[in-house]
Amino acid sequence: MKARHKRAAFIIAGLIALAIAAMLVLNAFRSNLVFFYTPTQVVKGEAPQNTSFRIGGLVEQGSLRRTKNSLDIHFAVTDTINRVEVIYSGILPDLFKEDKGVVAQGKLDNNGLFHADQVLAKHDENYMPPEAAEALKQAAEINQKTSKSLVMPEAKP
Amino acid sequence: MIPELGQFSLILALLLVMLQVGFSFIGATHNNQLWMSVGTSATRGQFIFTGMAFVCLAYAFYANDFSVLYVASNSNSALPLEYRLAAVWGGHEGSILLWTTTLSLWTIAVTLFSRHLPAVFRARLIGTMGLISIGFLMFCLFTSNPFDRLIPAALDGRDLNPLLQDPGMVFHPPVLYMGYVGFSVAFGFAIAALLGGELTQQWARWTRTWTTAAWIFLTVGIAFGSEWAYYELGWGGWWFWDAVENASFMPWLVGTALIHSLAVTEKRGAFKLWTVLLAIVAFSLSLLGTFLVRSGVLTSVHAFATDPERGLFILIFLGLVIGGALILFALRAPQVGLGGRFGMVSRESFLLSNNVIMIAATGAVMLGTLYPLFLDALGMGKISVGPPYFDAVFVPVMTPAIFLMGLAIFSKWKNDDLPTLAKRLKWAFAVSAATALLLPLVLGKWTPLISLGVLMALWIFTTAFVSLRQRLQQRQQGWLPALFGLPRAYLGMIVAHLGVAVFITGVTMVKGYEVEQDLRMSPGESAQIGGYVFRFEGVSDAVGPNYIAAKGLFKVTRNDKLVAMLVPEKRTYMVQNMPMTEAAIQTGFFRDLYVSLGEPIGDDAWAVRIYIKPFVQWIWGGCLLMAAGGLLAILDPRYRRRKKDEQIAP
Amino acid sequence: MRPYLRYLLPLAIFLVLVGFFAAGLKLNPREVPSPLIDKPAPAFDLPLLSDVGKKFSPEQMRGQVWVLNVWASWCGACRDEHPVLMAMSRQGALAIVGLNYKDTNAEAATVLKNSGNPYQFVAVDADGRTGIDYGVYGVPESYIIDKQGIIRYKQIGPMTANVLREKIMPLVKGLQ
Repeated sequence: MKARHKRAAFIIAGLIALAIAAMLVLNAFRSNLVFFYTPTQVVKGEAPQNTSFRIGGLVEQGSLRRTKNSLDIHFAVTDTINRVEVIYSGILPDLFKEDKGVVAQGKLDNNGLFHADQVLAKHDENYMPPEAAEALKQAAEINQKTSKSLVMPEAKP
Repeated sequence: MIPELGQFSLILALLLVMLQVGFSFIGATHNNQLWMSVGTSATRGQFIFTGMAFVCLAYAFYANDFSVLYVASNSNSALPLEYRLAAVWGGHEGSILLWTTTLSLWTIAVTLFSRHLPAVFRARLIGTMGLISIGFLMFCLFTSNPFDRLIPAALDGRDLNPLLQDPGMVFHPPVLYMGYVGFSVAFGFAIAALLGGELTQQWARWTRTWTTAAWIFLTVGIAFGSEWAYYELGWGGWWFWDAVENASFMPWLVGTALIHSLAVTEKRGAFKLWTVLLAIVAFSLSLLGTFLVRSGVLTSVHAFATDPERGLFILIFLGLVIGGALILFALRAPQVGLGGRFGMVSRESFLLSNNVIMIAATGAVMLGTLYPLFLDALGMGKISVGPPYFDAVFVPVMTPAIFLMGLAIFSKWKNDDLPTLAKRLKWAFAVSAATALLLPLVLGKWTPLISLGVLMALWIFTTAFVSLRQRLQQRQQGWLPALFGLPRAYLGMIVAHLGVAVFITGVTMVKGYEVEQDLRMSPGESAQIGGYVFRFEGVSDAVGPNYIAAKGLFKVTRNDKLVAMLVPEKRTYMVQNMPMTEAAIQTGFFRDLYVSLGEPIGDDAWAVRIYIKPFVQWIWGGCLLMAAGGLLAILDPRYRRRKKDEQIAP
Repeated sequence: MRPYLRYLLPLAIFLVLVGFFAAGLKLNPREVPSPLIDKPAPAFDLPLLSDVGKKFSPEQMRGQVWVLNVWASWCGACRDEHPVLMAMSRQGALAIVGLNYKDTNAEAATVLKNSGNPYQFVAVDADGRTGIDYGVYGVPESYIIDKQGIIRYKQIGPMTANVLREKIMPLVKGLQ
């Protein structure tokens, strides 16, 4: 009899522990999953406000600007159809270059400016971050669907 | 000629390992001594030829043979010799060859040190390890041949990825693989036992040494990798919860659980099934890690050039090996029986709880690692699961395990009672809790997490101390001779647990008190950070063997006394035209000073990142202590003595 | 019956994982399938590197199987690919046309002069617009285009001897 009680107690304790662990996981998932949007989705307003997300694409040629006397950096991420202005303060990764793939993580403000708190580039110059490639791929598909005429975003606004 | 020799050796090794498997298993089935010994001899041949293939590849790198595709894509004539040799495992093909070579090394070690095992059991063990060798040799030969020729030969190679041009590359992969692959021995022991249908306490003792040995390598390997990331990636992080890091961390967690569960099985004959399942899972996770890294289903900073065909091969292999093992487990499990009984409050139940917690932690890490893949496979969009998830889950899940650790050291096997335990440990707890509350206030910043970290570290320190004192008092000797008189397995356990405490201290202090600043600095400017003054003296140019560099010079003073001259570099590797940040670090027992150079941002100014990282070296020091504890435990003469006994009376 | 089921649990979990992995293998996150495959190669009309006065357009290649190889003198991986291209051109199995992407003519010409010219023609895409029509993500990239001017295959990253032997040559044989 006693052995069976003991066993039941073990099982209940195990289940409680499992429930707590599952709760922690779900909770952490809810607040820490980072979704990914392409510049086109952002421009269309599909991306959330006030929630952190990732945006990927190319660093638009000629868009990189530094502010004097600070580490603030402005650049635009483009998927060749739409562009999103990004502001970032800090040090850029080694492989950050204009016209190369980039992924930025941060939040969108009311004016459509993306405040990045993290900028990622790949550790290998020949590859593009998968999210950046995804953005370009989707853009290319849109292009195929609509028309052949592709409007390159102008280099300087 | 040499590459063809290497290829030929690999084919011979494959044939020999097939003999190893065939003779071992058939010999074991018919209890035929001769056949079994042929199987064992084949192991030697397999080892020699795999090793020869490895040497041939190393020679191709040494001799700059760019007619070998793999050499041409991972080396360069300007690459220094030590990195040319490390480049042997710098790419996919070579690292699979390293895997195979490591496996044959473990196999030969098993044949050398397992003479005392019953012949049939030993044959099954060697046969099982041979099956894994077959898979990897075939993988090497059919999908990832490092000896493929490049015709016409390249004039020069594409160079090793500059990130890998570091002494860390020389040590980290081989040590890590020794750990990863080492779990194949525990796996072999588990399969052999399941095949024989017998899971004895003796079995646990045999398995324990091997598992601990692999675990030591894995611990050191992971610590190496983490330290390497810390100074080489240039941005001060030491663990990124990256898919590949997780792939090595999951087997570590399960391996740690396995070591503890083996202890119970050896001492009390309990948890047999659980132990055998853990042995299977630990190695499965090693294979899984290989699959994740090689197949490209997950992207990560470590990702090698990937190929779905290779992924498919490993997946099928994975399915056969792990699926087969788990089917065998399901078939044999009902026969195994339960083993010794134990009470609710006993060392067994504490260890079991810890085991469950560690598996839950492994599950959480796995979920976070694979979740992007699951969503992608279900077509639900691309997401990433970042470090915050892992921090948010891992810390609370592991916290109870740390407290149980302290209890488990103390409690008795079979049955113990809480009041006695509480009485013995009340001072340990009181001291830890009081210090945990007050110390952060003294240090100037209090957060719940810092307090929790300090509490956990001190709890392990104090319980270990009380336990040690108690043991020493039982012996009527001076404390020093008594200390040396203690069983090494016990000392090893204490040292390894202290390692955990040191590790937690390091993590808590770094996370709690680290100072980080990104600055724009022009030559002559100074910045005051955490009591230190960093003066940027300027930048000069330098040339290395295969790169050019800008070298910054920082003079660090504290109270006008010179502390360090730090020289961070910004290198550009010529062949791959890849920029690299080389941080300058002054390590210390209590803090590291860390400076890295961002990029020039006009008017002679540079973007600069400066860190002061308190106790950061304790993180790796803790890991090394854990490994040292494992080593002490292996060296316990108890194991060797009993081995001799068994040899006489099997 | 029940206890046996319990022991099958690890196997069941494992099989679910394998299912996901198998699905995951198909979705290699690095492979970006080109929407251009089996579509007509986008038209262009660009000056030749060898003679800026003359122009090249894909129309000229109608009736043969050819490779459009996007390259640049600034691209490290292109230098690795170069020997493979040279070998291809020596074999003469199919014509190679270069698309010199966002490069300067002087530098591109120097590279070809120093290490050999595998190309039948080199078209100059100085501003990269043609590259964008082709969905170029990074250099080098290569497109196999059939006799009707349809893109049949896209290689992202350098072509290696392996890719050439195992993917491209069998495909080209089929097309011819």
